Amino acid sequence: MENDELITMRDITKTFPGVIALDHAQLTLRKGEIHALMGENGAGKSTIIKCLTGVYDRDSGEVHMEGVEGNINCHSTEDAQKIGIATVYQEVNLCPNLTVAENLFIGREPRTKAGFIDWKQMNRNAKKVMDGLEISIDVTQTLENYSIAIQQMVAIARAVDRDCRALILDEPTSSLDDKEVEKLFRVMRQLRDKGVGIIFVTHFLEQVYEVCDRITVMRNGAFVGEYTVAELPRVKLVAAMLGKDFDDLAAIKNETMASADGEVLLVCDGMSHKGTIKPFNFKIRKGEVVGITGLLGSGRSEMVRCIYGADKSQSGKETMKGEELKIKAPIDSIRKGMGYLPDDRKADGCIGDLSVRENIILALQARQGMFHTIPRAKQNEIADEFIRELSIKTPSRETALKQLSGGNQQKVIIARWLATHPDLLILDEPTRGIDIGTKTEIQKMILKLAGEGMSVIFISSEIEEMLRTCSRMCVMRDGEKVGEIDHELTQENVMKAIAGGDN
Amino acid sequence: MKTKKKINSNNLLIMITIIMFIVMYAIGCFVYAGKGFAHVQTFLNLFITNAGLICVACGMTCVMLTGGIDISVGSLIAMDCMILAHGMGVQGWPCIPTIILILVIGVIFGLVQGFLIGYLNIQPFITTMAGMFFARGMTAVICTDQLSITQEQNALFYSWANAKIYLPAFLGYTNNKGKVMTPYVRPTVIIALLVVVVIFIVLKYTKFGRSIYAVGGNETSATMMGLNVKRTKLFAYILSSFLCSIGGICYCLNTMSGSVQQAKGFEMDAIASSVIGGTRLTGGVVNVIGSRFGVMINGTINTLVTTNGKLLSSWANIATAALLCFFIILQSVFAYFKNRNN
Repeated sequence: MENDELITMRDITKTFPGVIALDHAQLTLRKGEIHALMGENGAGKSTIIKCLTGVYDRDSGEVHMEGVEGNINCHSTEDAQKIGIATVYQEVNLCPNLTVAENLFIGREPRTKAGFIDWKQMNRNAKKVMDGLEISIDVTQTLENYSIAIQQMVAIARAVDRDCRALILDEPTSSLDDKEVEKLFRVMRQLRDKGVGIIFVTHFLEQVYEVCDRITVMRNGAFVGEYTVAELPRVKLVAAMLGKDFDDLAAIKNETMASADGEVLLVCDGMSHKGTIKPFNFKIRKGEVVGITGLLGSGRSEMVRCIYGADKSQSGKETMKGEELKIKAPIDSIRKGMGYLPDDRKADGCIGDLSVRENIILALQARQGMFHTIPRAKQNEIADEFIRELSIKTPSRETALKQLSGGNQQKVIIARWLATHPDLLILDEPTRGIDIGTKTEIQKMILKLAGEGMSVIFISSEIEEMLRTCSRMCVMRDGEKVGEIDHELTQENVMKAIAGGDN
Repeated sequence: MKTKKKINSNNLLIMITIIMFIVMYAIGCFVYAGKGFAHVQTFLNLFITNAGLICVACGMTCVMLTGGIDISVGSLIAMDCMILAHGMGVQGWPCIPTIILILVIGVIFGLVQGFLIGYLNIQPFITTMAGMFFARGMTAVICTDQLSITQEQNALFYSWANAKIYLPAFLGYTNNKGKVMTPYVRPTVIIALLVVVVIFIVLKYTKFGRSIYAVGGNETSATMMGLNVKRTKLFAYILSSFLCSIGGICYCLNTMSGSVQQAKGFEMDAIASSVIGGTRLTGGVVNVIGSRFGVMINGTINTLVTTNGKLLSSWANIATAALLCFFIILQSVFAYFKNRNN
């Protein structure tokens, strides 16, 4: 066993200002294996990989590689490449303006005797490399002419063609379709048989069980365990990732009443968005709280983005209150009575330099159009109402939003949508990164709103939270809606549904 | 192995530039037939007047390829001319060492700018703007008068400036006094064309050249692929300032003078020429040959306006503005269609 080990990382610790990203984490990669690195968002997968490939410098810990003396400390991707560690990232790290051949060989181009780049030789070599992966494309074309999938394959070809002993694939499949994934797997197996160790980071459970030999699970920056694929059934894997044991699964009583008899508010029929979410059907009644669950990257956010029109649906139809919707942009769905709280509030929702009042009034103003300014007195009234109602802790309504705590910022953004009195409110991870007290308040608020007749779609990574608030849950897996649970909503059932498969 | 190259949008842009140049020149020949527009010499004069600009535009092209910009070139030319004029004219320095001094100054100037931009990550616009003010100020510090270089002061430099390299006589014409005017070019034209060829080879066939492309295409990717982005940027700016110094010498050979106001707005001409020649302001796409045609188009507009004689010379600026808009819009349109196809 010992002799098989290609890379061993022990006691890796890495802190960023205010955050411990890695807490004595470890990872062992053996020769000729495909090793899945699993964990939810913030588990530290990317960080540990970046510590290995020299993007980050680790604070402490040891890294050893077979055939390399001593404790390895790479300071750049170049260093890592020199000792045979190649990485392919989710975003294609190639130059779109160069040809395929150049992207494969830049930095090590074949030269003519005079020292100039030998284009003919380079193109010939490139053709050979791509043929090896059974991808026949014109290597003299610039990369931007090809799809993201092909670009990803070129990136992998580049990594593979170098003399690499350890290949790290950081979510390489998220932009590939099934056929392309199959192609990639074939290449991965080919490499494994040659003795290359592969670290495979992915959110797709199916893929892990299809191609991997071993799994390392991480949670909150720490090592949870290393398992062989055979000894870790799906449900256990999900439990390990989410940090739940079946033993302490005290059934949480679902206090909300499923209002199964209310009138239907919204029906989605076969909607989809290419590359993010496969066609799905969805229905929500008035006053109902529906949860959407699944692992990160399973298509939770993508589904609601599609419903809301942030990603334009490319098929099917959407009907609200019996009227078919033609949504070209979010403003259309706002006008029809939808509200959407995105998961990344820093990037998508929060306007830190504007005041609390301005942030609250924003969506309402947008719906009214920019030439129908809401009178200042009315604005103050609305803002004060929500500050009181949601107990937003702010010195005044004119305080800049960025001065508020995360939880209170979140409440302001929720207030923004409540101000528009939506029929349907979509909350994507509204409780992420805020304290327990505020979390409970937000959950209570959701139930109260539903009681008043508002329909809510609720997404959260914390299953208990959804169990407490939702009357029905949609289960997402690998970009597809795979089922709905409307009775026996228990943590165990939900986790089983998330994990899928036979066990 | 011969591969058929599809005409992609970048090549198409350059084709449009070249066609536009030919059409514009043909119109000139037709409208101003009586004023000698069709003579080979008029065409060659385009090169003679713009030799400096061609050199500078080549350097600008390299810098813009990285996604940057160099607005110090106009002032640097003024400083070069002033040093040449003051050094050789007033101080009586010999010709060759002064020229070497100019080239060394160019390299140092680029080294400082490139270091600030590449290694300290300061905005190219700001950095080269500082360079612009510095060089212009330095020009005035050396001398505020307009200085000329005369034959008595430096015979060698003077002889270069007035040297004519004749082309075959059959290209010439007989003037109204019955004398055969053989078309000629100046040595500066040879220098400029040499610069174009060398830069073309550097960009296409050397590792440095391809690194410039990669940096312009995607800086993060270039780093990830193990290229030295900082050094590439540093050398791009050194190259720009060095070529600018060569351009400055060509410029001085044309004007034989130095003054504070010289070559004002020259950087904008160089940028305009690059853009018209198919360079993308965001970096990554460029063609040196295209840039040369950009210069030629600019020159043709100027020649057209001056040949007319009645038009205000500012009309040339307006025409350049219109052309720039045209090409920028064209670039966006192509980018739009490309995105839609993907």
